[in-house]
Amino acid sequence: MAARAERLAAGSTERAISGAAWPGLLLAAAMAVLVVAAFASLLGEVDSASASAALGDAYLWRVVRFTLLQAGLSTLVSVVPAILLARAFARRPRFPGRAMLVRLLGLPMVIPVIVSVFGIVAIFGQAGLANRIGAMLGLEQQTFLYGLTGILIGHAFLNLPLATRLLLPAWTSVPGETWRLAAQLGMRSGAIFRLIEWPLLRERLPGVAAIVFMLCMTSFAVVLTLGGGPAATTIEVAIYQALRFDFDPSRAALLALIQLALSIVMLVAAQRWTRPFDLLAAPGRPADRPDRGGGFGIVADAAVILVAALFLLLPLSAIVAAGVEWDAFVIWSDIRLWQAAARSLVVALAAGTLSVVIALALQISIRRLAARGTIAAGRALDLAGSIVLGLSPLAVGAGLFLLLVGLIGPFRWSLAPVVLLTALLALPYAMRLIGPPLMQSARIHDRLCASLGLAGWNRWRLVEWPQLRPSIGFALALAVTLALGDLAAIALFGTPENATLPLLLYQLLAGYRMGEAAGVALFLVLLVMLLFVGIERSVGGRRLVRH
Amino acid sequence: MSAIELNDVAFRYEDMAMRFALTVPTGAFLVAFGPSGAGKSTLLNLIAGFDRPISGKIRLLERDMKDVPPAERPVTMLFQDHNLFAHLDVAANVGLGIDPGLRLKTADRERVRVALAEVGLERFEHRLPAQLSGGERQRVALARCLVRDKPILLLDEPFAALGPRMRDDMLDMVERLRRDHALTVVMVTHQPADARRCASLVAFVLAGEIRHVAPPVDLFGMRDDPALDAYLGEAEVS
Repeated sequence: MAARAERLAAGSTERAISGAAWPGLLLAAAMAVLVVAAFASLLGEVDSASASAALGDAYLWRVVRFTLLQAGLSTLVSVVPAILLARAFARRPRFPGRAMLVRLLGLPMVIPVIVSVFGIVAIFGQAGLANRIGAMLGLEQQTFLYGLTGILIGHAFLNLPLATRLLLPAWTSVPGETWRLAAQLGMRSGAIFRLIEWPLLRERLPGVAAIVFMLCMTSFAVVLTLGGGPAATTIEVAIYQALRFDFDPSRAALLALIQLALSIVMLVAAQRWTRPFDLLAAPGRPADRPDRGGGFGIVADAAVILVAALFLLLPLSAIVAAGVEWDAFVIWSDIRLWQAAARSLVVALAAGTLSVVIALALQISIRRLAARGTIAAGRALDLAGSIVLGLSPLAVGAGLFLLLVGLIGPFRWSLAPVVLLTALLALPYAMRLIGPPLMQSARIHDRLCASLGLAGWNRWRLVEWPQLRPSIGFALALAVTLALGDLAAIALFGTPENATLPLLLYQLLAGYRMGEAAGVALFLVLLVMLLFVGIERSVGGRRLVRH
Repeated sequence: MSAIELNDVAFRYEDMAMRFALTVPTGAFLVAFGPSGAGKSTLLNLIAGFDRPISGKIRLLERDMKDVPPAERPVTMLFQDHNLFAHLDVAANVGLGIDPGLRLKTADRERVRVALAEVGLERFEHRLPAQLSGGERQRVALARCLVRDKPILLLDEPFAALGPRMRDDMLDMVERLRRDHALTVVMVTHQPADARRCASLVAFVLAGEIRHVAPPVDLFGMRDDPALDAYLGEAEVS
């Protein structure tokens, strides 16, 4: 029945049920114009003489090589432990604190990256917990954090939980009969992994690895703060340095174009390998399986879970612990904190709202196009909404930066470009959260609404809004949260005079003012949580009764 | 006078070509049955205006329906499921049939109450669909069909999910409503038994066309169509 309804909704003759698709098409066109204009301004900056000189430049290729190297290694240190952790979770459904730990895996995604970096520095930095424990054991103090090691630790902290969440559903998708059959056949742990688990993992691994690789390739805050120097610079950070320190638009443009080319190659590759799956899916319930017994298995799984939990929980608790120390509170009476907080709020709320409004308009148009059977146009809109996921924020931002410099001169803008860029960055997530429930609502209600003459505002007010409220609330909460944590856009477009909280935190970290940084980090975390919960409750409303 | 007239109506669903010709006199209770995928639901979707024919003419109450949107046709339709909005209470779900903006006057609310009483659901106004049984939900949807006050009622396997006893009760209720409100009813079903219970006309739909239309006695007595025999099986041919 559902399959038939789906075919009906996508049927070629269902013209009776649809409305105008132009708002979404117009928006997609506007975004395309913006991106193309940004591209054009990049191309315009690259003159052939300096380009060929730069292409022969050893610095440039070192940066490209290091970018790919660190992304590859980061993927390795994130995904391999994620396989172990996900398997341990799958095998131990009754591990104490398991539900809480699995939920904690979602945290690094919503906590601003720069705050996570603070937590990592507090544990692994020179005066961090790791070194202090080392000193107690009589080891020499080490500065291992800054450089490639720091980048890998930072990326593992951010992406190990993400990869684990993406891999866990592979296990929950195994039907109970398979486990009962495995038990009946007397399969042992090794055979189960080879015959049941690995084939499922093999389907997902390339996609998960591609996502993590792309995130690490275009990662900004971690490399900027933990890279620690020109030896460990990625394209993303080099673009920023070229624009903001050397003001070398030609080099920035060339780097941005290389970054865009790499992103597109990765996107195409990922598209080939990846079956579509849900970036935000909640891991489901684990099944009973026969290979839980053995003492060694229990010890090994427990060890994996404990080590991973420590690796994730220590930096997170360090944020809280350092934030409540006395010298952290000094910043609470500092006017800079409150000004930055006010700017952050305005930027995040504006960008989040913009993002959700664009996502809604695009998805409604996609739905209308689908109802008309114009699937291809709908796909194009969907791609327009998701393309930014793979494109580097700094590369798109550099184009926008050069465009604005050309149009109105340097730094004569307010925070508007920051709002625009962060809205674009949050757009793919908003699209993924709003699209499916909107389509679902259409599948169920299109004919009924058409027969009752429920259309336009009435349909929105009486049917869509009450049903989509939870999804819209969640999408807005997530988009606002992501915008609140943005460092890339504000670093590119901001000045010390109009810093947001993440930029302020970065400045304090860069100046080794750890006490004040701790205060800002905790403040930012509290603000994120307050906003997230507040928006989900108020906009998302109470969950509805369904049948 | 005929309530429904389909003149050589052509339609294509994926790679299945369909062609319908049908005349339903005013006040008839036509039951269309046939195997799944034969085009029964498409027939209703064409009449209701959810699907548009490639060629041919659809006339309802002697009026050409070309380019008339579903809500403006003299038709109201009951689907197999999802007839109700889960977040709106029973009164609101019925009230939508009076005004799609749900701006109801006192008289309108009275009409909603009367319609609910007619389907045996007095005092159910403020319940949510989740608190109703499957049969009750379909009765709420029927009440909405009544307040819409359209002369043609289409039913797309509306009681397929109900038990046999409940289904018979619902059929009797539809038959009563047809008489009281002078409706023309077209119902699609899998069950030939439904046709025997209340139909004045029966249509056998197969492979995208209407093979026979006749009163139940004649159609079930038919001996010369192997396809019909094959569908009905031994038990029905007697």
